[in-house]
Amino acid sequence: MLKDITLGQYFPGDTIVHRLDPRTKILVVIIFIVALFLAVDWISYAVMFLITAMCIKLSSIRLKSLMKGLKPLVFIILLTGILNLFYTKEGTVLLDWWIFTVTTGGIKRAFLMVVRIMLLVCGTLLLTYTTSPLALTDGLEMLLNPLKKIKVPVHEMSMMMSMALRFIPTLIEETDKIMSAQKARGADFSTGKLTERAKALLPLLVPLFVSSFRRADELAVAMESRCYHGGEGRTRMKTLKMAPRDWLCFLFWALVLGGMIAMNVYGI
Amino acid sequence: MDAVIKVENLTHTYSVGTPFEKTAVHGVNVEFRPGELVAVIGHTGSGKSTFMQHLNGLLAPTSGTVYCEGQDIFASKEATRDVRFKVGLVFQYPEYQLFEETVYKDIAFGPKNMKLSEREIDERVREAAGFVGVGEELFERSPLELSGGQKRRIAIAGVIAMRPRVLILDEPTAGLDPGGCEGVISNILRYRRETGSTVLLVTHSMDDAARIADRLVVFHEGRIAMDGTPSEVFSRPTELTAMGLDVPQAAAIAQALRERGAKLPGSIYTLAQLKDAVTALKKGVSAGA
Amino acid sequence: MSTIIKTENLHFTYEGDELETLHGVDLEIEEGSFVAILGHNGSGKSTLSKLFNGILLPTEGRVLVDGVDTTHEDKLLEVRRTVGLVFQNPDNQIVANVVEDDVAFAPENLGVEPAEIRRRVDSALKTVGMYEYRMHAPHLLSGGQKQRVAIAGVLAMQPRCIVLDEPTAMLDPIGRREVVSTVTRLCREEGITVVLITHHMSECVGADRLIVMSEGRVVADGTPRSVFSQVELLRSEGLDVPATTEFIYELDGEGWDLPLEALTVDECADAIMAALG
Repeated sequence: MLKDITLGQYFPGDTIVHRLDPRTKILVVIIFIVALFLAVDWISYAVMFLITAMCIKLSSIRLKSLMKGLKPLVFIILLTGILNLFYTKEGTVLLDWWIFTVTTGGIKRAFLMVVRIMLLVCGTLLLTYTTSPLALTDGLEMLLNPLKKIKVPVHEMSMMMSMALRFIPTLIEETDKIMSAQKARGADFSTGKLTERAKALLPLLVPLFVSSFRRADELAVAMESRCYHGGEGRTRMKTLKMAPRDWLCFLFWALVLGGMIAMNVYGI
Repeated sequence: MDAVIKVENLTHTYSVGTPFEKTAVHGVNVEFRPGELVAVIGHTGSGKSTFMQHLNGLLAPTSGTVYCEGQDIFASKEATRDVRFKVGLVFQYPEYQLFEETVYKDIAFGPKNMKLSEREIDERVREAAGFVGVGEELFERSPLELSGGQKRRIAIAGVIAMRPRVLILDEPTAGLDPGGCEGVISNILRYRRETGSTVLLVTHSMDDAARIADRLVVFHEGRIAMDGTPSEVFSRPTELTAMGLDVPQAAAIAQALRERGAKLPGSIYTLAQLKDAVTALKKGVSAGA
Repeated sequence: MSTIIKTENLHFTYEGDELETLHGVDLEIEEGSFVAILGHNGSGKSTLSKLFNGILLPTEGRVLVDGVDTTHEDKLLEVRRTVGLVFQNPDNQIVANVVEDDVAFAPENLGVEPAEIRRRVDSALKTVGMYEYRMHAPHLLSGGQKQRVAIAGVLAMQPRCIVLDEPTAMLDPIGRREVVSTVTRLCREEGITVVLITHHMSECVGADRLIVMSEGRVVADGTPRSVFSQVELLRSEGLDVPATTEFIYELDGEGWDLPLEALTVDECADAIMAALG
């Protein structure tokens, strides 16, 4: 059943990571990614690894959930590893067979690349796991606010995003219902050739589109009736506020980033 | 007579093994006989919808068996697919499932899935459209541009066109105005009279149930709480009210009259019965005077 | 008492339609009253509700909300804040993922101060009895609960009038009772004008005034008792009458002489007992 899919990978909680302002978390993830790409040697990687591990620990997110998030990317991670392994020609040659050459440099590089991608994914997963989709949209809207000056429709974009999030469960439920109704008329969604299966989806897609348009129509009227008139002059009940912990978090990451740059420049 | 549907010890649990695990139907045993019109009653969450979806194989039981004409419908994939055509299920708000370009094609969708010949499909579409009062002039129209009541009837025709032995309708009158409700109910009654099919009607309306059903099955908390003729079920108004259900208005008036000292027979649940009883009382009074 | 909504010779035709939907409706809704509007599908009653808060604008005639013409563009927000609308499908009017965020939507649009929004949201949720559910996801609530959240969402605008367009059509009997008792309380205790559009007779019984619409016109207007006693008219409009009225009507047809105004089960029983002597 479609209903069983867990959507929006938010795991509610009350840890320091959960309580951080979404803007802080978004910016920190960006700093984290930059720092990760500045990391060049074993020491800097070890530092990044330890910091990520600490963040995971602080957030009380279970390793199992992170592994689940990594799973769809296994292929890309492996491919990166293999490419780096065979195409790096540095250090001593350990194996030279046909077109494959494995060097000590290759092993090191492949290993570090795999670790880098995994850390990168874990860092971003941590953001979505500990921040509600709505807070994430709000944070993004506030961060992108300056772009309004150059006529980027920031408010509209974030409103669309939160509407989409609101209606995902409703549409899943509806898909489930229509599917059952068509199955009751003998529709078959699971067997047949690819072209047949694509055709079999029509009885599902047409009603779904029709109902989505109807919903959109009704929703627009309902929003207007509740005085929605764009982002202008709009206030928020839950205003985002930076707490001391947010500033401390920034300070910490500034140090990490500075350290990474220093290592890069001076090659400590 | 043999049962057309027989349900043995049916239990259904959603999301087994997760924190959301919830048993919607607990060990239900029930039989439906050919030609019966049964009203299935219960408030939202009583398990009746989950139960109904087992009867045509859309949901598989966690435990228990469903027999249709003696055959276990979950015995094989073929049997499960077969039962879809034998037991027609009309969902709530069925108009939202219409998808074809024309009314004709939409009604023909079920028969087409049964792999019938063109001629037979045509015959069934016309027959089904006739039952719900959809005229041929609508056949080439797009179902999406018709009124809500018409769409509802076309969707019902789409299921009837499979000529199911058992027709299940989940709140077929929900959201319609009184005129629309009356139309759908009379369509169903006519269909049942002319085909002799078994009809299961899921409804919230006690007045409809009282008026048209031979038998009432009341679901409560995943179990069948009452099963009997309307007069048997409606003679237990306190229990119905405790389950969050209404009693028919006629039964309520009869109860109020009894409380005021009127001597009325026990099983009154339609206005016609109430009228007879009250008229008899009046005659008694004038004769006594 | 003052008039909160007034329509004058109101005509309306949908764009692209040849036929007029409303043919000259003149109504005055008194502030603080509970008005029910009854009519079969397509009678124009839903169109009327959207004209009440300026979602639709009259093709002829005018609608005055607290004396303000709804065509006044710069007064549109004021009109919508005065007359709140609740619709049939609760799913399609809830905009947020969390109940309290949804209720906050309207005051946020109106630019209310955050602390004041918080206060209004809490009080609106308490009024409809959904305060305990403020952190819940709306799609996991029952139909009646969702509809109460939608009512709270309108209440947070602090409207003087709430118009509900078939709010119970998609609900089960329990949900229906929840919604009707909620709006009745809003009217009786908070003094908010309630206009309830429905096709369930039983929901009109508690109203001060009952208006019957048909083919874009008002065909009956009066207290529920006086309107329901016009059994033939209602039947010809494809509408039901309450079972009590129908029963008395049928007995009267057989020579009884019972008052058609007896509306509740108890009144009906009393009338019959009185006739029996």
